[in-house]
Amino acid sequence: MERRLLELVGVTLRTPQRVLVDALSVTIATGERWAVLGPNGAGKSTLLATIAGARPADAGAVRLGGRDVRTLPADALARERALLTDRWVDPFACSALDTVLTARYVFRDEVGAEATARRWLASLDCEALADRDVRRLSRGERQRVGIATALAQETPLVLLDEPTAHQDPRHQALVISELTALSGRAQVASLHDLNAAARFATHALMLWGDGRSLGGPAEEVLTPAVLSDLFGTPISRIETGGEAFFHVHTHAA
Amino acid sequence: MRAGRPTAIVALAVAAGASLVAALAVGSVPLPLHELVGAALGSTSAGADIVLGLRAPRALSGFAVGATLALSGALLQALLRNPLADPYVLGISGGAAVAALAALALGLGVVAVQASAIVGALLTLAILFVLARRSLYSTDMSGGEQAAGSVLLTGVMLASFAAALMSLVLALAPDGRLRPMMFWLLGDLSGATDPWPAVLALVLAIVLLLFAFDHARSLNLMLRGDLQAYTQGVRVAATRRRLVLVAAIATASAVTLGGAVGFVGFVAPHLVRMWIGNDQRVVLPASMLLGGTLVVVADTVARTAFAPLQLPVGVLTALIGVPVFLGFLGRR
Repeated sequence: MERRLLELVGVTLRTPQRVLVDALSVTIATGERWAVLGPNGAGKSTLLATIAGARPADAGAVRLGGRDVRTLPADALARERALLTDRWVDPFACSALDTVLTARYVFRDEVGAEATARRWLASLDCEALADRDVRRLSRGERQRVGIATALAQETPLVLLDEPTAHQDPRHQALVISELTALSGRAQVASLHDLNAAARFATHALMLWGDGRSLGGPAEEVLTPAVLSDLFGTPISRIETGGEAFFHVHTHAA
Repeated sequence: MRAGRPTAIVALAVAAGASLVAALAVGSVPLPLHELVGAALGSTSAGADIVLGLRAPRALSGFAVGATLALSGALLQALLRNPLADPYVLGISGGAAVAALAALALGLGVVAVQASAIVGALLTLAILFVLARRSLYSTDMSGGEQAAGSVLLTGVMLASFAAALMSLVLALAPDGRLRPMMFWLLGDLSGATDPWPAVLALVLAIVLLLFAFDHARSLNLMLRGDLQAYTQGVRVAATRRRLVLVAAIATASAVTLGGAVGFVGFVAPHLVRMWIGNDQRVVLPASMLLGGTLVVVADTVARTAFAPLQLPVGVLTALIGVPVFLGFLGRR
């Protein structure tokens, strides 16, 4: 069965100073959950924005359902992929519910939209926040409202830029378990917490930030050796009670 | 976005109608309601002459000026994601003012002054689009707030440059012509003696509203940032270009008709947001009704409070607007 949804073909990302990602080719299928890992400034957010079609790749192409994302109009893209960005602002008062409702913009389903929005708010433990002004939420709460907004777009491809940012342990676990429970989608999420990434990911994509990248099934690439090299600090894997954990050593020997 | 508040729109429309009737009835010769009705039906009395020849053009001008300024302010506050934005922030009115003041300094008549204002505004708008073209035509939505910020900065610089040119014109102008120039800068409706410019401006205001209303849902999303709006399906760059154009034309129309009437374009959208929330589908029409009403009321006070002395309406919009705004702010 052909489930190929997203293809990166020779995607290169540059800043004016250096090459972040050099000729990355990767194919992502429905049902897969990809964790994007890498040090700060390695190009994780830039890659997600590029996959979303919001900026041109410096070389190569991103294909969604076989079509180049840069040739698709914004409204057509919005039915195919959603992006949780860290680039939102809240300059004016707005309730959390109205914020989530913005996700339904292209669907024009004003009658069903509120139920959809409330359902996603509830799934992220934000039911009680529906009528609160988003400017008065804590950063963790605002982040979960943002995740609910991205999910309320109900697209086949979900892109998430650090979804677990600002979450307390219980809510981090909730976010990961809600994302893992989503079916019939492909997900690409940048994550900094290696243990969250290990629980979330079926696949991982590592970006070194110097052009190098490595992608593949989690059990093959999410290893202490690769991670130690990626972050430039010793990382070991500890198994206890049937579960594996990554331990980051604070000092290189 | 939940449904707007039709009741608020109706209430504001009623207030607008009442302000216009009051503007026709109040003055050095108070006119009872039946004379107003008579004038409307075409009777020829002294009262009818006052209503149709003097007060109606001025009231309609005031309403058009307030409505277009409020539309411009509401659009720019949302487009630039900056609650401090007003119709004058992009320098369009500054360009209009330089040209209008130059015409006044040369001693030209009302029509020439208005024509100069239009030319000055459109010229400044063209310069803005050329200078900010990289932001306005960018296809990269991932740059955070850079696009809106750089349009704003370019506009603020244009406005500052225009302000310097205005000072230059004022310094060089003959003393005898300074008073009309000062009134123009403060915003003044006493030049409105012919109803047609006002009718034209009202038609333009409605056309601009319909055009902007078409983008109101997009604007709701663009409040959260370019990247956010783009990923949710908004054609961000095209929408911003069109709405900057609408806001600029609205400002140009207002300053051409009434000079640089202050504060109303800033305060009307804020009052509406505080009252009925921030859905642009309601904010745009409601701001226009409130802005129009505010200027009509202010101008009625301006021409009666110290009669026979007439004040520039711009003085009154701030004198009335600031306490109302602070009152709302304090109650929240």
